[in-house]
Amino acid sequence: MNTGPATHAAHTPPAPQFATRAQQEFAGSFGMWVFIASELLFFGPLLFGYLYLRLHFPQGCAAASRHTDFWLGTANTAVLLTSSLLMALAGQAAQAGLRRRAAGLLAASAALGLAFLAIKGWEYHAEFNEHLFPGVGFRPEAGGVAQQWPGMQLFFILYFAMTGVHALHLSAGILACLWLALGLRRAAPAGLPDSAVELAGLYWHFVDLVWIFLYPLLYLVGRAGG
Amino acid sequence: MTSAQRDLNLAEEGATAATSYLTAGHTLRSWLTTRDHKRIALLYAVSITLFFCLGGIAAALIRLELATPQGDLVSADTYNKLFTAHGVIMVWLFLIPSIPSVLGNFLMPLMIGARDLAFPRLNLASWYLYLAGGAVILWALLAGGVDTGWTFYTPFSTMFSNSHVVLALAGVLLTGFSSILTGLNFIVTVHTMRAPGMGWFRLPLFVWANYATALILVLATPVLAMTLVLLAIERLFQVGIFDPALGGDPLLFQHLFWFYSHPAVYIMVLPAMGVASEIIPCFARRPVFGYRFMAYAILAIAVIGFLVWGHHMFVSGQSVYAGMVFSLLSFMVAVPSAIKVFNWTATLYKGRITFPAPMLYTLGFVGLFTVGGLTGLFLAALALDVHLSDTYFVVAHFHYIMVGGSVMAYLGGIHFWWPKVTGRMYSEAWGRLAALVIFAGFNLTFFPQYLLGYAGMPRRYHSYPEEFQLLHVLSSAGAVTLAVGYLLPLGYLAWSLRYGRPAPPNPWRATGLEWQTTSPPPPHNFAQPPVVVRGPYAYTDGAP
Amino acid sequence: MTPAFHLLPADGAASATRLDSLALCLLLLTGAVALALLGLMIGFSVRYRAGSKADRSGARAKDLGLELTWTLIPLLLFLGVYAWGAVDYLALYRLDPAAQPVFVVAKQWMWKAEHRGGRREVGELHLPLGRPVRLVMTSQDVIHSFFVPAFRIKQDVVPGRYTAISFTPSRAGEYHLFCAEFCGTEHAMMTGRIVVQPPAAFARWLTAGPRQPGMAARGFELFRRYGCSGCHAAGSTVHAPDLTGLLGRRVHLQDGRALTADEAYVRDSILLPRKDVVAGYEAVMPSFAGQVGEEDLLAIIEYIRESGHDERAARP
Repeated sequence: MNTGPATHAAHTPPAPQFATRAQQEFAGSFGMWVFIASELLFFGPLLFGYLYLRLHFPQGCAAASRHTDFWLGTANTAVLLTSSLLMALAGQAAQAGLRRRAAGLLAASAALGLAFLAIKGWEYHAEFNEHLFPGVGFRPEAGGVAQQWPGMQLFFILYFAMTGVHALHLSAGILACLWLALGLRRAAPAGLPDSAVELAGLYWHFVDLVWIFLYPLLYLVGRAGG
Repeated sequence: MTSAQRDLNLAEEGATAATSYLTAGHTLRSWLTTRDHKRIALLYAVSITLFFCLGGIAAALIRLELATPQGDLVSADTYNKLFTAHGVIMVWLFLIPSIPSVLGNFLMPLMIGARDLAFPRLNLASWYLYLAGGAVILWALLAGGVDTGWTFYTPFSTMFSNSHVVLALAGVLLTGFSSILTGLNFIVTVHTMRAPGMGWFRLPLFVWANYATALILVLATPVLAMTLVLLAIERLFQVGIFDPALGGDPLLFQHLFWFYSHPAVYIMVLPAMGVASEIIPCFARRPVFGYRFMAYAILAIAVIGFLVWGHHMFVSGQSVYAGMVFSLLSFMVAVPSAIKVFNWTATLYKGRITFPAPMLYTLGFVGLFTVGGLTGLFLAALALDVHLSDTYFVVAHFHYIMVGGSVMAYLGGIHFWWPKVTGRMYSEAWGRLAALVIFAGFNLTFFPQYLLGYAGMPRRYHSYPEEFQLLHVLSSAGAVTLAVGYLLPLGYLAWSLRYGRPAPPNPWRATGLEWQTTSPPPPHNFAQPPVVVRGPYAYTDGAP
Repeated sequence: MTPAFHLLPADGAASATRLDSLALCLLLLTGAVALALLGLMIGFSVRYRAGSKADRSGARAKDLGLELTWTLIPLLLFLGVYAWGAVDYLALYRLDPAAQPVFVVAKQWMWKAEHRGGRREVGELHLPLGRPVRLVMTSQDVIHSFFVPAFRIKQDVVPGRYTAISFTPSRAGEYHLFCAEFCGTEHAMMTGRIVVQPPAAFARWLTAGPRQPGMAARGFELFRRYGCSGCHAAGSTVHAPDLTGLLGRRVHLQDGRALTADEAYVRDSILLPRKDVVAGYEAVMPSFAGQVGEEDLLAIIEYIRESGHDERAARP
C-alpha cells in the first residue's frame, strides 16, 4: 500500500457508479487499454495497405522511401522517445504525490510533442515543394530527372495518411498533457487525480509506439544497404 | 422452494414509481444531459425508432416499384438512392445500435448488479455522436442522396458517382465512433463492475452476448473508420488507392470493407441471441440448456466471424485458394450458431410453456434465424455462391437473419422488458396479434425472394424481366402486411404508456437481478450492491 | 426468349446440372433439419404447454454427449458440402487448353464481346454448343459482373485486370445475360442475350457479318502502329525481350521473382512497364497507359498468343 499518494485517494469518494476508488482506477486503466486496442485496429488498414504495397511494388516502395527526409525523421524519433521518458517520469512523480513536478514533466512532454509537430510540419512543407504530395502534381525527381516507378504515389498516400493520423493522435495527447498539467496544479483532493497521469502516459506511449513502427517502414526502407 | 432470489430485497427503501428514474427530473435538459444509463437507453430507443421508420419508408417505396417489371414509379437514379438509403439507415442507424444501445444500455448494469455503466458520460457522448452521424446522413439524403449502395464499392463510389458520397461517409464515421465507445463501455463494465459473487459463469447469456458484441464493436469498427477515410481521400483528392486507373486496387477496398462488415452482421445478431436466451427459459420455466456451451458458442461466433469476410468476394476476382479458405471457415462459423438453435429447442423440453407476446416473437426469431442460417450454407458453398451471389437469394438470406432474426428478437425484448422499463403492462392480445402479423408478413415478403434469386433475379435492379413478376408481387404484398405489423406495436405500446396497467416488479416471475428492482427501477438501481449466490436461470418446473 | 418463369433456369451448361444437384442435396439436407427443428419446437410447445399433463420429471440442464453429438454431426456434414462446392468451383477456373477464349469488355452500361476471328458483338454473345469456352473479361470503368443464370456462372468484371471463367454450353437456345454488380444508373438495363448455336451454325455466324480481320491480325497491326515492333521485333537494335510464344512461358524478373506470363502480365507490361521488369533488361520501356483501349489491348495479347503458335507451326 502507498502512504504518500493516499492523500488524494483517501479523501475523494469514488464516482457514484463505483464501489471503491480502487475499482474506479482499475476501470479507467482497463478502459484506456481497450481504447488502445481499438486504435491499433484503426491504424491497421494503413499498415495492411503498406504491406500490400511492399509486396506488389517493392522497387517503387524503396525509391519513394528514399525521398523522405532521413535526418528529420530520425530527429523526430529522438524527440518522441525523450518525451516518452518524461511521461514515464511524470507518472512516477504523480504516484509519489509530487504533483508540481508531475505537472512540470507533463508540460515538458507536451513541449516536445509540439516540437515533433513543428519538425513534421517543416517536413511536409519541404515535401510539398518537391512535388511529393499525391494528386495531380505528383512528380518525384531524383537528380533533376522524374522518377516513375509504379507504387510511388501509393507510398506517399500512405506516408501522408499514416503520419497525418499519427500527428492527429499526438495533438490529442499534447492537449491531454497540457490539460493535466493545469489540473495538477491544485493540491489534492481538488483538481485532477494522480491516476489520470498514468492514463495519459499509457496513451502517450501508444502514440510513441506507433511512430516506432512507422519510422523504419517509411524512412529506412530503401536505405539499408541500397 | 422460493422463486429465484425473491429472498433478496434489493429495492431502495421506500422506492415507488414516484421516485423512479423516469420521474427523477422532468425537464428536457435533465434528459439531454443525463448520465443515467436507463435514460440514455430511452434516448436511443426514440432515435432508432425514427430512423427505422425512415428506412422502412425507403423499403416501402422499393417494394412498390418492384411490384411491376418496368421502372415506372421512380427513376433509376432515385431507385438506386432508395436502396442505398435503406441499407445505410437500417444497418448503421437502426440494427447496429438497436439491441446493444437500447436493451443493452438499460439492462447490462442491472443484470450484473451495478449502479451504472463504467463511464456514464462516455455513454451520453455515444448517443450524441450517434445523433450527429444520423443528422449528417440525413443531410446527405436531403441534399440529393447517395447512389452507391451501402457497400460503397470502388471505383464507382470514388470516381463515378455524382452523389453525396463524402457526406454519407462522414455520417457513417460518426456513428462508428459512437459504437466503438459503447463497446468500450460494455467491456470495461462487464470486467470491472460485476456484483460480489457474480462470476463469469453466473452471468446471464444476454450479458455474454453483449460482451462479445462489444468486442467486435471495438475491434472491427476502427477498420471501417479508416477504410471510409481512405475512400473519402480518394474521392476528394483523386489519388489512386482503390481506383485502378490511378494505380489502385478495387479489391483492396473490398477486403477492407468486408473485414468490418462481416463481423458487423454478428454485431447485429449476437445481441438478438442474447435476448432469446433470456426469454425462452423464462416462459419455458426451465434453465437454458447447456449454459456453458451457449456462452462458448457466443465467443466462437465472435472470433470465427472475424475470419470469414472473403465469402462476400468469391466471384470478385480474388484467388480461388483464398476462396477455399474463406468457404471452409464460413462453414465453421455455422456450427456454433447451430448449437445455439439446438440448445434453445432443448430448453423447451419438459418445460411448462406459456406464450405471451415476447415468447411468440422469440420462437419466431428461432425459426426464422434457422431458415436464414441454413440458407447461409448455400452461399458458403463455393460453386453455389457463383450462381447465387448478387441475386435475391442473398437479399432473402440476410433479411431472414436481420429482420426475421434481429428485429423480431428486438421486439421480443422490448415487450419482455417493457414493464420494467416503463412500469406499464402492454395489451397482451394486441402483442400476440402483432407478432403473428409480423411473422406472416415477413415470410410472405422474403420467402419468394429465395426463389427469385435461384431463378436468376439480380439485386439492385430497378426493372426486371417479366417472368419474375409474380414472385415480386407476392413479396410486395408481404411488405404491406409487414408494415402493418410494425405499425401495431407503435400504436399499442404508446397507448400503454398512458393507459396500461401498472406493472409489478416481476410480472413474468423471471430470474435475473433486473427483476429485483421496482418497475421502473430507481435512479441508482440498487440501494446496496446485491450479493449473488447462485447461477442464472434458476427456474424450476412448476415453481409458483 | 421464353417469358415463362422457371424456378430452375434451363440448365444451359454441363456445370449447371451439377450445380443443381448440389443445390438439391443441400435443400434436402437443410429442409430436413429445418422441418425436424420446427417439428420439435412445435411438438414441445404443444406437449409441454403450461397445464398439460406431460411428465416433466428428470429434466436436465446440460448433456455433454448430446452437445458433442450435435456439434460434430453438423460439422462433418458441412465439411462434405464444402468439399463438393469447392471441387465444382475449381472446375470453373481451371485453365483448359482446349477452351476457346472469347474476350469481353464491359462498360457502363453495355457488354461488348470479340471473338478471335474478329467478329464483334454488343449486348449479345454467340457461343458454340458443346465446346468449352473461356471468357476473358475486363471493364473500362467500374466493376460489373457477368451473370448467366442458365449456365449458373457469374464472374465480376474488374477494371485494371482480367478475370476469367470457363464453361461448356450444353443446350442450344437463348439465355439471359445480366450485370450482377451494381454499376450505376442503368445497372438494371445492362442486360444481354447469350445465343448458343450448334457448331455448324456458329461457324456460319462467325464468318457472316462485316468482313474484318481476326483479333490476332488486328493485334499485329496495332503492334506496329504503337511502335511495339520497333523494339520487340527480331531485327531491332534496342535490347527488348522477344515476345513470340510469351503466353504460358516462365519469365524471370529483375528482382529475383519468377512468374508465368498470362494476359494480365502482358497488360501490366504495356501499361506499367516498370512493375515487373525482366531480368537482364533495362527499364526503358515507356508506358502506354491512357493510349491503348481495352479492346486494343486484348487484340495485341491475342497477336502475341498467336505468334507463338505460328512459330511452333513453322518449325519442321
